[in-house]
Amino acid sequence: MHRKKMPYFRAGIIAVALLCCFRPAAAQEAPALPSGLDRRTAPPALPEGLGETPADNSAQETSGPALSLPFSLTGFLDVRGGTRLQSDRYEKTESLGETRLQSEVSFRLKKVGVKLTGDLIYDPVLDRPALRLGRGEGWFDLREAHLFFTLFRFMDIKAGRQIMTWGTGDLLFINDLFPKDWNSFFIGRDVEYLKAPCDALRISLYFDLANIDLYFAPEFDPDRYLDGRQLSYWNTGESRRAGRDRVIRPRRPSGWFDDWEGGCRIFKNIGGYELAGYAYAGFWKSPAGSGKNTGKPMFPDLRVYGASFRGRFFNGIGTIEFGYYDSGEDRHGDDPLVRNSEMRLLIGYERELRRDFTAGLQYYLEHMRRHNHYRKTLPAGAYPRDRNRQVVTLRLTQLLYSQNLTLGLFLYWSPSDSDLYARPNIQYKISDDLAVEAGGNIFSGRHDHTFFGQFEKNTNLYVSVRKYFSLP
Amino acid sequence: MKKLFSLSATAVIFLIAGLAHGMTADEIVEKSNRAAYYMEKDGSARVAMRITDSRGRERNRNFTILRRDQPGPNPEDDTYCRNQKYYVYFHLPADVNKMVFMVWKHVDREDDRWLYLPALDLVKRIAATEKRTSFVGSDFFYEDVSGRNITDDSHVLEKADPTYYVLMNTPKDKGLVEFSRYRTWIHKTTFLTVKVEYFDKQGEKYREYEALKVDTVQGIPTVTRSRMKDLTAGSETTLTYSQVKYAIGLPETIFTERYLRRPPSQFIR
Repeated sequence: MHRKKMPYFRAGIIAVALLCCFRPAAAQEAPALPSGLDRRTAPPALPEGLGETPADNSAQETSGPALSLPFSLTGFLDVRGGTRLQSDRYEKTESLGETRLQSEVSFRLKKVGVKLTGDLIYDPVLDRPALRLGRGEGWFDLREAHLFFTLFRFMDIKAGRQIMTWGTGDLLFINDLFPKDWNSFFIGRDVEYLKAPCDALRISLYFDLANIDLYFAPEFDPDRYLDGRQLSYWNTGESRRAGRDRVIRPRRPSGWFDDWEGGCRIFKNIGGYELAGYAYAGFWKSPAGSGKNTGKPMFPDLRVYGASFRGRFFNGIGTIEFGYYDSGEDRHGDDPLVRNSEMRLLIGYERELRRDFTAGLQYYLEHMRRHNHYRKTLPAGAYPRDRNRQVVTLRLTQLLYSQNLTLGLFLYWSPSDSDLYARPNIQYKISDDLAVEAGGNIFSGRHDHTFFGQFEKNTNLYVSVRKYFSLP
Repeated sequence: MKKLFSLSATAVIFLIAGLAHGMTADEIVEKSNRAAYYMEKDGSARVAMRITDSRGRERNRNFTILRRDQPGPNPEDDTYCRNQKYYVYFHLPADVNKMVFMVWKHVDREDDRWLYLPALDLVKRIAATEKRTSFVGSDFFYEDVSGRNITDDSHVLEKADPTYYVLMNTPKDKGLVEFSRYRTWIHKTTFLTVKVEYFDKQGEKYREYEALKVDTVQGIPTVTRSRMKDLTAGSETTLTYSQVKYAIGLPETIFTERYLRRPPSQFIR
């Protein structure tokens, strides 16, 4: 807008006029001093709206979004490929090769919000599995399809297919027993695919004393567990590596309302310190036993009780989480076919060391209960698990070039298993809607039967290009 | 007639000048801080951010920002510039759509920050407490968006011309910040900061803020367009505020995990 300088007498007129009207002299002011003052403190010209005619705030209302649709649509097209770095006689050389079109539609029907998210998948690497929405297999992955609304002032409801997360761990989970997709995680899909959806009713209650989250899934939603189709693994029965030749097909608890699972969380934020208690009833989320007569892998009963804390600590964030895994089908620890009960502990600390550079460290412990019973009943020749499995994780993140380039490393190292898993990653945002990424999943271990060591032959590198879109 | 007007104009100028001399630098800064960051007790706005790098490439962010001031121990005491809570809901770009960033700003200690990632349903606690890092990749720092603690600097009134108070601000702890000092031009009537120049440790100007547009919203002069230039990198960021509203009655519960997971649609347009 054109600006002109007003001589003093006009300012005087306006000021007097305003005083006469008993109105505060809001936006009227003497103009900027004439130029000629020393440069360093030359007065800036007044911004539009100061020192001119009274500011017009009607313009405020016109600058909203031009297009208004009754729903919003966002999503991306993601093309991703990966390859193993060593030959694996049980798996293909290509670890990953897929094109995903994710669309997310959300809208409101009066007071009820609706969200639908689905991925159309073209994958020439995976052997064409039939479409099974419950398992996320086939050409379409329905990730979210739920309603959410506030039933009472203190109660929110979310019903349908949804992603859920709680707990304090960074890529380590104790009280978060929502389904995970470990295949996606280990082959280099975006980390959002580590969380698999859950078909559940979630009720959240908010009170002054504490908040309560409850969820109920009428049918057990297991992890998208490692079954050998995409990643080779240690087959304990045959004491060797296996993969597509020995695909794990467990007996899955799938009776509606018989094989339910559910959990709750009681949580409170006291001045920035977050406290929570958790409980879960259901099943081990990945196969953790085998049937006595059939020998078929299965998901034994599981209950979990735990607690967590998260808050500021020495200029960073400190976390502690604890959980007791009560393996109901092997309380005494003397059934070698079912995983024993465990105590799990996680201590974490994360801090920004310098501008745009963050480091995080976690210590994680799985302590097997009744380890002596386990050792006594373990079949001869089987590799025994340690009483304590310990894992240390390190996360380093560096943002560069106005935060458009991200260099990341996440490292799991187990001193007790003598194995490690490294996740280096580099991502560059070429523009607001275009990003490229490359990374690796590097497994190494002294033994072939330990958790990360068994995946050694799956060590892979991947690259991806992702194009985002949105409406309106 | 003309003479009369000149006289009255002179009288008014002397009146303002007299008032000006009555104000200390700290009082000016206090008023300016309030005019920029503590308008009414709460507010909301839609913000369009345009980041232009030295090669002219543009990136855009679009978000809704909600602010609520924490009441002081004495609600009658209006001189406070205290703790605040911020809720930032991202609309664009698409990769951050529906993400929420929440800050509990503390005047006397480090802020608490959370980020909600909807694809993972993850409420993440952000370890980054550095206040002088780029806000979402722009030339604005966190501190520019939510306000720098006025007691972190010592303020000297360099000059009062008919339009501006010109202040030089020097950090009390030089080790914590990248600048050696900064000069602010504060508009006398509205106490809005119209321009800031930041000088590095060598005394060179390397960063410059300018208010580009002011609208009066509900009687409150409000900067609705501003620009930060990074003179070293050659980049600049423009913020355009629209749909500015004050005193909207934001309940404190908005700034909790509940509304990170379920954004309050009535306040987010």
